[in-house]
Amino acid sequence: MNLNIAILIILMVAALWTTMTRSLLRAAIGLAFMSLALTLIMFRLNSGLAAVFELSVCAGLIPVLFVSTISLTHPLTKQEVMQHMKDRIRRFWYLPLIIVIAGIALSFITVTLNIKLPPKEAEESVRAVLWNGRPLYLVGQIIVLLAGAFGVVILFKESEEK
Amino acid sequence: MLALFITVPFFSILLFNLPFLSFIRRAVVAWAYVLFCSQILLVLRLFSPNFLADFASRTHFFNFNIALDNLSLIVMLSSAIVLFITLIVASYMIESEKKRFNFVNLLLLIQAGINGLVLSRDMFALYIFLEIVAITSYILIVFDKDIKALSAAFKYVILSTVASVLMVASIGLLLLLCGDTKFSSIHALIGGQQPNLIVMSAVALFICAAFIKAGVVPFHGWLPDVYSHSPAAVSVLLAGIISKALGIYTLMRVVNDVFGMNPKVNSALLFIGTVSIAIGALAALVQKDFKKMLSFSSISQIGYIILGLGSGTALGFAGAAFHIFNHAMFKSLLFVNSAAIEKMSRTTHMENLGGLSKTMPVTGFTSVVGFLSAAGIPPLAGFWSKLLIVLALILTGHTVYAVLAIALSALTLAYLLSMQRMVFFGKLNERFTGIREAGFGFCFSAGLLAAVIIIVGILYPLVLSKFILPLAGVIR
Amino acid sequence: MEVVQIFWPFLLFVIMLFIIGIYCIAITFNLIRALLGAEILIKAITLLVIVAGFISGRTALAQAVVISLIVVEAVSITVAVGIVLGIHGHNNSLDTRKIADTDK
Repeated sequence: MNLNIAILIILMVAALWTTMTRSLLRAAIGLAFMSLALTLIMFRLNSGLAAVFELSVCAGLIPVLFVSTISLTHPLTKQEVMQHMKDRIRRFWYLPLIIVIAGIALSFITVTLNIKLPPKEAEESVRAVLWNGRPLYLVGQIIVLLAGAFGVVILFKESEEK
Repeated sequence: MLALFITVPFFSILLFNLPFLSFIRRAVVAWAYVLFCSQILLVLRLFSPNFLADFASRTHFFNFNIALDNLSLIVMLSSAIVLFITLIVASYMIESEKKRFNFVNLLLLIQAGINGLVLSRDMFALYIFLEIVAITSYILIVFDKDIKALSAAFKYVILSTVASVLMVASIGLLLLLCGDTKFSSIHALIGGQQPNLIVMSAVALFICAAFIKAGVVPFHGWLPDVYSHSPAAVSVLLAGIISKALGIYTLMRVVNDVFGMNPKVNSALLFIGTVSIAIGALAALVQKDFKKMLSFSSISQIGYIILGLGSGTALGFAGAAFHIFNHAMFKSLLFVNSAAIEKMSRTTHMENLGGLSKTMPVTGFTSVVGFLSAAGIPPLAGFWSKLLIVLALILTGHTVYAVLAIALSALTLAYLLSMQRMVFFGKLNERFTGIREAGFGFCFSAGLLAAVIIIVGILYPLVLSKFILPLAGVIR
Repeated sequence: MEVVQIFWPFLLFVIMLFIIGIYCIAITFNLIRALLGAEILIKAITLLVIVAGFISGRTALAQAVVISLIVVEAVSITVAVGIVLGIHGHNNSLDTRKIADTDK
């Protein structure tokens, strides 16, 4: 349990880093670290397959996407960067404070969630759930990917022609 | 058999995009017309209960966990009609053949998405199809790569992502409580819980998410920009069906099938609905841009649908569903007319326009029909749905809300009348003496929608008994 | 009571991640950072779904949900990045304040 909390704290710090850091490139790397921490938690919570997906897509593909976007857009001059940094500090300095206070406040609340958990069932495999129980998810995923393909064709390919 | 509504558009997209079948690409527009028309006809046929039972009971290969009822049918009917109209308008607005091909494919994706959305009986499948429609509509909004459209689309993407996140958070909490995502099992188990924080936050999160997707007042920031800056054909589609299907349909379906009607939720819905009507109508009064005014009018009309749902009775529910259909008809009619005006005069500023009904008689007449229906003037279709909603409010004792709804309806009449006066009546601006009707397609689609509005209005006893009142059977 | 002891710390972190994400979206003037904020929000709910599945003993279902969620997330972020690049192509900047100017 304590290890989980430690990983969660790493996750938090990575999220704060993503929000607060000056450089967008570092923010994208912070996002990758968030996904990495999330993957570890998933492994610890018996969700191996989802963890693999998280590792490959969210820790691999999406940061790469962000990094390539950042490198395609025009970089700021040094002066702008300094100005930006001042702006950021003025706008962001109280974020860690809020988070820490909220965290401490919330952890002192003793909640009584009188929830009733659903009855236990025999554990199925993910394959069985997806293919036998919910094939609509798979159909949906394929259609989403198709929509994404059209998005890439329309947004990226034609903007190159310009 | 029901899965055909999803799989046919999907496989036709695949087929048209196969690399070695490029010679059939020219047929894509015709095929899309065939698909949309056949959906309209099939849905009309499915309103008869025996045929529906027979159709739904045919087995399919996978267990998709999908079902069809009258609420789904109404949304499917409106979506097919609006897609049909959008296709007509788009084939006039988009000249390049390649672009048109992409556009039609996106429309087919929207069709598959909305059909999946209304058919699925599983919270997370609902979410996936909702995202399909949302992602496709982002692409449609930026189809012309206009900078204003891009900026509006970015705003929409961010807000819509927040809404999706809230929705999935709600699904996660329900998964914790009920261990399932199917409507039926959640509905069965959620009643067994004592009222606690988790159930309440799941309900609140979901309702907030649906409000953002629908553009109801506290969350309406994205809507006017998106509607007014997107390409003309796309605004017809967005205003007509997309935000209704994503926001309002989802809200109605989930409140009814999963959470169950509940006095607290109902009073929140009534309040938000009234605020939405008022703010939307007041903001529409001061707009100078034709399309912006219509977008604010959309916000205000969404309020009526939410009021109907908030009354918590079968009558109000039926009225709300009827108003979804009516809103799809008159709002797409008004947006088609604005597209025609935009195409001919290259402006949508109302101050520059004027006297257009002399040169564009069909556009002028049909938009009179559209705005009278929006304002709820008998005997047009909009009157009957508003009547049902107000009647439901009075019968449940919410007289204040009923009076407010009627009074604000007069405000709708006021701003639409001023729009009509500024755009179509009065003296013709010299710049526009040469303009004519925008083309047969525009006249045909506007005429078709106006005819639907008038026919539904006149034949309302038939419509009511055959299409609307069976909705009471949907209520849980 | 045991449920609360397992669930509460996770829920607390989910709430804090939510605050960070919303804050990031609300406060930033940079288009890409707004998307990063959205990503943080999506990470938060992924965690929530996984924990919910673990506690209610439905890890298989939770994993099916998360896998679909990841696919949807990747596609919508791709489209959003395309929109950002389009805006950059017009404005040559990633500043949201410049968007607000063109809007008038």
